[in-house]
Amino acid sequence: MASSPYFSLAALFVAALGFGLAPLGLVWLWAKIYSPPKPNSIKNAIYECGLESKGDAWVQFRSAYYLYGIIFLIFDVEAVFLLPFAVVFTSLGAVACAAMLVFVLLLIEGLAWAWAKGVLTWS
Amino acid sequence: MDNRLKIELERQGIVATTLQELYNWGRKNSVWPMQFGLACCAIEMIATTMARYDLARFGAEVFRSSPRQADLLIVSGTVTKKMAPQVVRLYNQMAEPRYVIAMGACAISGGPFKQGYNVLKGIDRYIPVDVYIPGCPPRPEALIEAFIALQKKIAAQPLTGEGRPRHLDADAPGEFPVPAFGEHDLEPPANESVWHAPLTQIQGT
Repeated sequence: MASSPYFSLAALFVAALGFGLAPLGLVWLWAKIYSPPKPNSIKNAIYECGLESKGDAWVQFRSAYYLYGIIFLIFDVEAVFLLPFAVVFTSLGAVACAAMLVFVLLLIEGLAWAWAKGVLTWS
Repeated sequence: MDNRLKIELERQGIVATTLQELYNWGRKNSVWPMQFGLACCAIEMIATTMARYDLARFGAEVFRSSPRQADLLIVSGTVTKKMAPQVVRLYNQMAEPRYVIAMGACAISGGPFKQGYNVLKGIDRYIPVDVYIPGCPPRPEALIEAFIALQKKIAAQPLTGEGRPRHLDADAPGEFPVPAFGEHDLEPPANESVWHAPLTQIQGT
């Protein structure tokens, strides 16, 4: 057998295999003796920390929320523009006042439309 | 081996040790604390890890953000009753053998908020605490002192028999019940296996 031309190859193969597996075996043995696992149901849980989520994330929001958000923008944007307008009101010309009136009326039109549609009544 | 003989041998340049000492030496110098702060004590804990106080000198610089990679829980600050279940849950998820440092008056007993309705009167009601550090908040030196105390405790643990580390003790409990946030108080108000009510109503006093 030793005279076979493949003998040295086989011996090297076994040595290479041992070289790879021996450390793994040692690690396994070391962990088994010195670091035995101590699992519990909380440790094995996927959930880690913080508060556990309640219910389903696939909830449907009422479309009325969306409309309320849009209508809020009417007052929000109006206030943002009306404030600087009021500050320089006395030094403004008629054209500027007319432009502002158009802007405010456009927004009020939107509000009136929503009101007429019954969006403001919360049922 | 006799301790005096060991010192004598070391003088001659011969180091004698046991497997237990070597094992504990490795354990005590590779404690990984959890990156988990609760209140103002956490600021001192952060300072302890930074360059001036440098907890890394003791092998504990790796603050892990996941409880699964940590084995030291520093309860740094006030534990509210809302937070207590989460603290106990995190403790349950930590790797064995795990240790707990109760940092500051609040973590020990509730501290200045002890009379409050929403503060847990000491984290040792639910989990076993290894080292207590008084202070409000304790200085970084105090935390380092506590850490060294913990290292001494780890180094003194025998690997077999009474007082061995929890991971080598198959009977030691692995799971500590997580309290629920009840209507008036946490349910149960304490874990009876780790905490016993102190005797406050002693006859004749």
